[in-house]
Amino acid sequence: MESTHEGVRDDTAAEPAGSAAASESTASRPHPEAPQRMKILIIEDDTETRRFLAKGLREAGHVVDEAGDGEEGLHQALEGSHDVAVIDRMLPRRDGLSIVREMRSAGRGTPVLILSALGEVDDRVDGLRAGGDDYLVKPFAFAELSARLDALARRHDVEPPATVLHVEDLEMDLLKRTVHRGGQLIRLQPREFKLLEFLMRHAGQVVTRTMLLEGVWDYHFDPQTNVIDVHISRLRAKVDKDFDPPLIHTVRGAGYRLSADS
Amino acid sequence: MAVSASAAPREPPAATGAAVSSVWRSVTFRLALIYVVVFGASVTLLLGFIYWSTAGYMEQQTEATIEAEIRGLAERYRLTSLDGLVRSINDRIERNPFSSTIYLVTNARYARVAGNLDRWPQEQADSDGWVEFNLEQIGGHGERHRARARTFLLAGGFHLLVGRDMYELRATQALIARTLAWGVAITAMLALAGAVMMSRTTARRLEAINATSRRIMRGDLSQRVPTRGTRDEFDQLAANLNGMLDQIQQLMDGVRHVSDNVAHDLKTPLTRLRNRLEVLSHGNGGGDRGNREEAELALAEADAMLATFNALLRIARIEAGARREAFTRVALKDVVEDAAELYEALAEDRGQEFRVSVTTEPVVQGDRDLLFQALVNLLDNAIKYTSEGGRVELSLTRGASGARICVSDSGPGIPAHEHGRVLERFVRLESSRSTPGNGLGLSLVAAVARLHGAEVRFGDAGPGLVVNLEFPEAA
Repeated sequence: MESTHEGVRDDTAAEPAGSAAASESTASRPHPEAPQRMKILIIEDDTETRRFLAKGLREAGHVVDEAGDGEEGLHQALEGSHDVAVIDRMLPRRDGLSIVREMRSAGRGTPVLILSALGEVDDRVDGLRAGGDDYLVKPFAFAELSARLDALARRHDVEPPATVLHVEDLEMDLLKRTVHRGGQLIRLQPREFKLLEFLMRHAGQVVTRTMLLEGVWDYHFDPQTNVIDVHISRLRAKVDKDFDPPLIHTVRGAGYRLSADS
Repeated sequence: MAVSASAAPREPPAATGAAVSSVWRSVTFRLALIYVVVFGASVTLLLGFIYWSTAGYMEQQTEATIEAEIRGLAERYRLTSLDGLVRSINDRIERNPFSSTIYLVTNARYARVAGNLDRWPQEQADSDGWVEFNLEQIGGHGERHRARARTFLLAGGFHLLVGRDMYELRATQALIARTLAWGVAITAMLALAGAVMMSRTTARRLEAINATSRRIMRGDLSQRVPTRGTRDEFDQLAANLNGMLDQIQQLMDGVRHVSDNVAHDLKTPLTRLRNRLEVLSHGNGGGDRGNREEAELALAEADAMLATFNALLRIARIEAGARREAFTRVALKDVVEDAAELYEALAEDRGQEFRVSVTTEPVVQGDRDLLFQALVNLLDNAIKYTSEGGRVELSLTRGASGARICVSDSGPGIPAHEHGRVLERFVRLESSRSTPGNGLGLSLVAAVARLHGAEVRFGDAGPGLVVNLEFPEAA
């Protein structure tokens, strides 16, 4: 089936980790290949999970603050200057959503990833409405959390909206809806275009399959198979097959990453 | 598109709403009608008796007077012979010239001797000597006056007739009859109006209970039957129903609370388990390759367990109907086309022919993500169970009632006797044991369908499976 509105489609579906995200408006600008070092606050009452997260994030080179209950968490969130906060929804003494609300009313714009055992869409909507920026349902793979935190932190770097995205010799014109690589035109279906756009906006970062389904297809659902892999391999055939170096990389156990190095 | 053959072509139960034909099925209306008939019959009987006892009495009185008069005149003839009789009759006529009484005396050959009637009536008298005949006079309504008279054969062959012009009497009787008929008609109309009002009131109160029940069946257990505070039978019924609902809600809240807790309490250790396995599989501890692979397998098992667990919780929450509050208007066309676009590539990768047809653009009240999930589950099954080179079709058409989404494949299909069973949780057919899955995919489809008031129907695509999602007419 063909979508007929090629070229007039807006980008709202690229949320939540999309529109204001990093963009390479000039090819000369160095690309942040390694995830930047972040200061991360974790508010989670389950010691085990908190330690696991803190350990993993520290190993990835981040600075981590921990809080074990709602009051302490809120205190730290208002106190410190974190790049991003991970807040569990159900906490003793003060629940996660009210922490986010307090942060927002105190003028703190720190991106917040809400963790929850509640995964229904209305729960998610509650979380985002309270001021959260992303919502992750327990249990999750560490790679998923890590990828989402990267996306959140980068989204927070305010940059002027770009009309052209560059990664290596790959160039995407968002106005003309065209993609060139090495000066050669690559024809993409509308959805392939959105998929590539999402990858390019998150260039250098790991993007998980769920992030792609949410960002490119705009549905919160549970795919029974890795249907997304088929779409990636098609995109790869168009973007990478006749060119060097390959740009779309599979990150084992996590998802995909678009970048020049492997 | 080979849709058609639905497994169970049964009519959905007609909505218990306000169809015209349902008026006749309404108990309250039937009761009211019976009331009208019985009441109308009693009134008719009563008024009939009144007519009989007034109009009939008037006629009897007239006849009795005529009888008395003719006996008096016969007596006069016996005492004073014909001359006396004629004089007496003439006297009476002169004394009362406008009287409605008719006199006639004739000889044996019926030639007039005296009286105010021209000639003897043609009509044959009955055995009691009574005769009815038309008079010369014309009444106000253009018909001849009619007279009723008694004849008497006098000694000597003379005939005597005494009668009465019945015009006035009949007019009075007709007036009474008309009045009484109007009485019956007005009574019937009032009774009917009363019955309709009564049945409306009752029906309205019953409908309030029914409407609440329907809303509750659709999943909104917070609904309660309205009461009026009149403490009548309806209020008592409503109060009892509400009490019952309170108890059900309490039980359900309890169950939900427990399952939420179980979900939370089980998910936490499962998450920890998963985290540790993830650490192991990354091999940061410097373990050897074999251990790492084992850890990865264990991680996959944990993920499968968690997926099943999440699917179960999800079905339970959908079935609780809580998500109905978040319903929005969903264009089914978009959902169908998005799902098709997502899965078309997968089917083509497996060398299957994938066809999509959308012939209608219905909008339903629903949950976009859940509808998408249901479609994804169906497409996933279709693609999974269809061999390479097979065919998978997805269509959105106008069905029997509302929209119909149909997914069909050329796979092995499901035997008709298993159609009902595969919607149950954890049911996996013998033939599908070897394919991955947890037996919850179709249960989730069924739960989503139920949430949207839609029906899941299976059919045979010969060979292959047809799954129809029949949506109700959009409100």
